[in-house]
Amino acid sequence: MLEIRNLHVSINDKPILRGLDLTVRAGEVHAIMGPNGSGKSTLAHVLAGREGYTVTAGEVRYLGRNLLELSPELRAREGIFLAFQYPVEIPGVANIYLLKAAVNALRLHRGEPELDAVDFLALVKDKLRLMGMDTGLLYRSVNEGFSGGEKKRNEILQMAVLEPRLALLDETDSGLDIDALKIVAGGVNAMRSPERAMVLVTHYQRLLNYIVPDQVHVLAQGRIALSGGRELALELENRGYGWVEAAAGQAGGGA
Amino acid sequence: MASSTVKLDELISQEYRHGFFTSVETDTVPRGLSEEVIRLISAKKGEPDFLLEWRLRAYRHWLTMAEPHWSTVHHPPIDYQDIAYYSAPKSRQDGPKSLDEIDPELRRTYEKLGVPLEERALLAGVAVDAVFDSVSVATTFKDKLAGLGIIFCSFSEAVREHPELVQQYLGSVVPYTDNFFASLNSAVFSDGSFCYIPPGVRCPMELSTYFRINARNTGQFERTLIIADKGAYVSYLEGCTAPMRDENQLHAAVVELIALEDAQIKYATVQNWYPGDKEGHGGIYNFVTKRGDCRGDNSKISWTQVETGSAITWKYPSVILQGDNAVGEFYSVALTNHYQQADTGTKMIHLGKNTRSTILSKGISAGHGSNAYRGLVKVAKSAVGARNYTQCDSLLLGDRCAAHTFPYIEVKNPTARVEHEASTSRIGEDQLFYCQSRGIAPEDAVSMIVSGFCKEVFKELPMEFAVEAQKLLGVSLEGSIG
Repeated sequence: MLEIRNLHVSINDKPILRGLDLTVRAGEVHAIMGPNGSGKSTLAHVLAGREGYTVTAGEVRYLGRNLLELSPELRAREGIFLAFQYPVEIPGVANIYLLKAAVNALRLHRGEPELDAVDFLALVKDKLRLMGMDTGLLYRSVNEGFSGGEKKRNEILQMAVLEPRLALLDETDSGLDIDALKIVAGGVNAMRSPERAMVLVTHYQRLLNYIVPDQVHVLAQGRIALSGGRELALELENRGYGWVEAAAGQAGGGA
Repeated sequence: MASSTVKLDELISQEYRHGFFTSVETDTVPRGLSEEVIRLISAKKGEPDFLLEWRLRAYRHWLTMAEPHWSTVHHPPIDYQDIAYYSAPKSRQDGPKSLDEIDPELRRTYEKLGVPLEERALLAGVAVDAVFDSVSVATTFKDKLAGLGIIFCSFSEAVREHPELVQQYLGSVVPYTDNFFASLNSAVFSDGSFCYIPPGVRCPMELSTYFRINARNTGQFERTLIIADKGAYVSYLEGCTAPMRDENQLHAAVVELIALEDAQIKYATVQNWYPGDKEGHGGIYNFVTKRGDCRGDNSKISWTQVETGSAITWKYPSVILQGDNAVGEFYSVALTNHYQQADTGTKMIHLGKNTRSTILSKGISAGHGSNAYRGLVKVAKSAVGARNYTQCDSLLLGDRCAAHTFPYIEVKNPTARVEHEASTSRIGEDQLFYCQSRGIAPEDAVSMIVSGFCKEVFKELPMEFAVEAQKLLGVSLEGSIG
């Protein structure tokens, strides 16, 4: 589904990703871990199409197409979803309004008719229950005055409604207490399916107790330094990132 | 600037050519302003002596005044002797013959706004007989209103049919000495709207110039006078949301509202005059004096405006709070795109006891647009317990536009409470990206974010107006992001 080859990305001429390779197949859940500043969030944002990042080399193919030439909204309509680490506030715009605009933009792209208000509300309320959220949240301004936990749950609610093919979750666990984390993880797990792939970007392995990944990758100095199964995350929790970074530094120096 | 002047000349000379070639001589007054011209205008309209005298006093006063230049707006000099101050209402032959002759850009905008076909023709001034049966529509409304004792007619008609009301109230809120443009208007005003709601009557429908076809083409010096007698209520809508085809460069209108005891007037404007092209050439100068007088106790006047058109908007719809417990409100959205300029706000003059006012101003600047909020809150010594709350928010799109806030506060009574809040924000890349990452196109995202920003004002508009205003913002912002 997603193939990243030798990806180099800079911000203001400063290289962040330096030759990243990653293959994600449908049905898989990948965890990208790594120390602060290793380029985890950059990867998520580049895949979603955020401006300000310059791809200096490499390629990204999504469902066989060159992902990098698509605008962010086209990527979304093609099934890519980014759950933000810091969801953005939009004063005066009702949460449900944004959600409806998004659903209909996706449906239009797929040649489907727009959902009417009744069907749309039924769909949303269904997902709302899944996330243990109150209906009132739908009518508040997007993320305005939401608690940290509400913001993250709202991201997963959007994901549940938009049903992406490839979900990118950027530090979704940060700022969540354990109860909220369980609810968010429950929402994510409910969406695992053979057709859908997920990439979790996270600093801590705690999230992976609740969302068990198929593969774990450690990002260091702009590339994937180490890949493994679930047990790699546990090892990282015990040993920290220092040894991976040291190894990556040596490998980088030797190459 | 030079090409703007050329455009002005062009437009005026066009007007002149029409007058010269197609009108009967007696229907046109030559360009320029003098006492003779004013006497001629007054005579043509068959006005009573008091009105002619009033016009002349205004003119003589105007001669002693200088064009004001204290605002942030810039424009090439206006030659007041180069304007034709009276021409008979445009004859139908002057207009385009069919919708096909109308600027495709304008047609596209109508389509986007969803204006029904027959109304598009009407708005664009198409010379089609009976585009729709507007005369009978107007008559139906008029009969219904007359049954309640409501007078709603053109200003000229009011002068003919109800001179005593006109004489009593004209200039009682905006005197002819008020300011340069108001004096000019008082001397030469051509027509406008008049409305009187008798005591205790609640006007059952939103009154709008839109229903009165003869309110179109009333020219650049319009005069509106609305009186709500004791305990009366009226909601008045000015303008319409689709852009009007208009050749006049300078619009200097005056609106006076009078609310007597326990009366309430709501006045809503959606202004979408021609803003000039993308390079800032042409467009309307909208220099308007609007003021309401809460003359009686417990009266209320509320202004709501959505200003998206005109090359320059320069106006301050104000309320004089004379009666005790009177309430004044001002809700405004002003949008400037390309090279548009807006210097707008309000004045709340607290004279009566326990008077209250609310000001909510939302300025949006895009392109090279410049937007200024300028407001005065004045609490006189007599205004015991007066309260004001002001909130001014500015939203910037891009980095070439400007927003300014000039609040003036004068408080002479120690029991007064005056609050002012202001904020400036930019449509963030992150807000835009957030919407895009949900599949929403950037144009739609901007209009969604802007609508959200204006929501508190839009909810003051009558329902159908609010929907159209929202669409209008989207259209006006087109091309504002790369």
